Amino acid sequence: MTERTISVNYLARVEGEGALRVRIHDRSVEDVELRIFEPPRFFEAFLRGREYSEAPDITARICGICPVAYQMSSCHAMERALGMTVAGPIRELRRLLYCGEWIESHALHIYLLHAPDFLGYPDAIRLAADHPDAVKRGLELKKAGNALMRLLGGREIHPINVRVGGFYRCPTRDELAGTRPMVEGALRLAEETARFVAGFDFPDFEESYEFVSLGHPTEYPMNEGDIVSSRGLRIPQDRFEDAFEEVQVRHSNALQAVRKGGGSYLVGPMARYALNYERLSAGAKAMAKEVGLPPVVSNPYRSIVVRAIETIYACEEALRIIDEYRPPERPWVPPPALTGAKVGAAATEAPRGLLFHRYRLEPPGRIVEARIVAPTSQNQKRIEDDLRHLVSRSLDLDQQALTFACERAIRNHDPCISCATHFLNLELVRD
Amino acid sequence: MAVAHRPRLGVFKFASCDGCQLTLLDCEDELLAVAGAVEIAEFHEATSAALEGPYDVALVEGSVTTEDDAQRIREIRAQSRTLVTIGACATAGGIQALRNFGDVEEFRRVVYARPEYIHALGTSTPIKDHVPVDVELRGCPIDKQQLLEVISALLGRRAPNLPTESVCIECKRRGNVCVLVAHGTPCLGPVTQTGCGAICPAFHRGCYGCFGPQDTPNASSLAGKLGELGMAPSAVVRVFRTFNALAPAFREAADAAMKEGATP
Repeated sequence: MTERTISVNYLARVEGEGALRVRIHDRSVEDVELRIFEPPRFFEAFLRGREYSEAPDITARICGICPVAYQMSSCHAMERALGMTVAGPIRELRRLLYCGEWIESHALHIYLLHAPDFLGYPDAIRLAADHPDAVKRGLELKKAGNALMRLLGGREIHPINVRVGGFYRCPTRDELAGTRPMVEGALRLAEETARFVAGFDFPDFEESYEFVSLGHPTEYPMNEGDIVSSRGLRIPQDRFEDAFEEVQVRHSNALQAVRKGGGSYLVGPMARYALNYERLSAGAKAMAKEVGLPPVVSNPYRSIVVRAIETIYACEEALRIIDEYRPPERPWVPPPALTGAKVGAAATEAPRGLLFHRYRLEPPGRIVEARIVAPTSQNQKRIEDDLRHLVSRSLDLDQQALTFACERAIRNHDPCISCATHFLNLELVRD
Repeated sequence: MAVAHRPRLGVFKFASCDGCQLTLLDCEDELLAVAGAVEIAEFHEATSAALEGPYDVALVEGSVTTEDDAQRIREIRAQSRTLVTIGACATAGGIQALRNFGDVEEFRRVVYARPEYIHALGTSTPIKDHVPVDVELRGCPIDKQQLLEVISALLGRRAPNLPTESVCIECKRRGNVCVLVAHGTPCLGPVTQTGCGAICPAFHRGCYGCFGPQDTPNASSLAGKLGELGMAPSAVVRVFRTFNALAPAFREAADAAMKEGATP
């Protein structure tokens, strides 16, 4: 009998603090634990007692990489509770802000976190010594996403311009039009990115995923749509908790989400792409064809190409919004008074996938309960499943090679551990 | 020929959102130059290569919320010539320090589904409560230009130029209309340290204090003004108790508003 353990005490090139432990007994994988030791920050507890208007600024602080996602999900959830909708140019500007975040976050992952794995470097800095043009292209692309976020949000990390009902200040037509050359440049960089990453060597590894994302009849999903899955699920956003549940496991400070009565599932770019391929922009679809990316991708290593295609989409969508923009009369829709206790729930598409928020409010506007389910908590169990399959077919690799293979398999899914730890299942017990 | 010594840089994370260390990766135009001027010895978010200490400069993000982290910051301090705290979590405990306040009794009664799996202190505290800190960079998040200024200063062995005046000064320089005076919008600009670029007033909203108190704040006077503008004492408490709740001047202003009968 032989025991073998693979451990990584601090995963690198992921956001937040995580570790990995795999236990192998007699050539069979006994245990796979993606251990999240990032300390909990108790957001759901201290949101109680705050005003609903404070939630976009407070929940943004869950994640410095995708603050817009938190601002969007919280705004939509509050607007549902208040019985209001936001349409027209404000709706379009929210989408444009999200385009900025997708471009920034995808460029970060593609070039700084993921590409070094394919090209054999520990990081993008050392990658830049041999491939300066590639890394500079990535930084330039990332900068364009950040510039959109700065224009609409005031700054790229924790934007200050988002509020329930819309914005504090909307840009003028000229301000938006001024970004057009930059976004056109970003589109060309995104196209070069797709060609660049499609040329990488991809390990032969196909998984059978249940993909989950928003699905919208006419748009590639960001802020709106039903929750759909590749196994036939279609439910409105506020029924998320009927279909999915979270379980607490000993080895993680984050809860793991599963399909009720089912297993793990995957959210994020691969899921969005598989479920919404037809609603991609013409240029994004054309590039997928050019680089030979099929409409459903089930090799997680190729998620880097999917991110590049989504980045092209985000640039083309940004150009459309910039060209059609007419400033609204008011930068926000003033919310109506809250007339009684109300619950509002919403999900939007963070760069890493579905981000669900639910709040219970009491007049005049106080949050009495909050629940947040982040993309990485949903993917955690699915990442462990990938690892289990990877390790069981890679047992002949030496320790160092197998450890590296496991780290790579985790980075395929761009986990954001800072996000994942903020939703511990708190039950309030009153004496 | 002697090889020039490149200062060794370590980037360390405690309880936080990763946004302040991301600010370094967001220096798209300067990142490769910075990386060429220093030796990145540890930066988990960016590299899978890690070198042993000691470090010439340690950038520390996040607050201390576990026993393990209280020990870890002492080890990092012992290995670091200059320790720089970056952001509101590291300098003032961050938003997660809300657990330290009036809510603490309620928080103590908050029970997890499986509390035995979780190891967390009842408090979130700034790094300076645990070890001496050489330079503080404020903000939630920090400002990119201020970060580059600190790195350049340390590389050039000079003191960094980090203004400690109020947001108001920067706001005037930027030519913003004063939202407090002209529109009656509650604004923490008069008591908040500059560094952000006065972006909130530029976007027609009041400053919410994410850089913490300026060097000579008169927070109680501002709290009175906020009351005149119609903010209830409980709202005044909340506005001072958000991202820099443990910073002394903000803490005192919130405590004073509490005494006026606010229920937080």
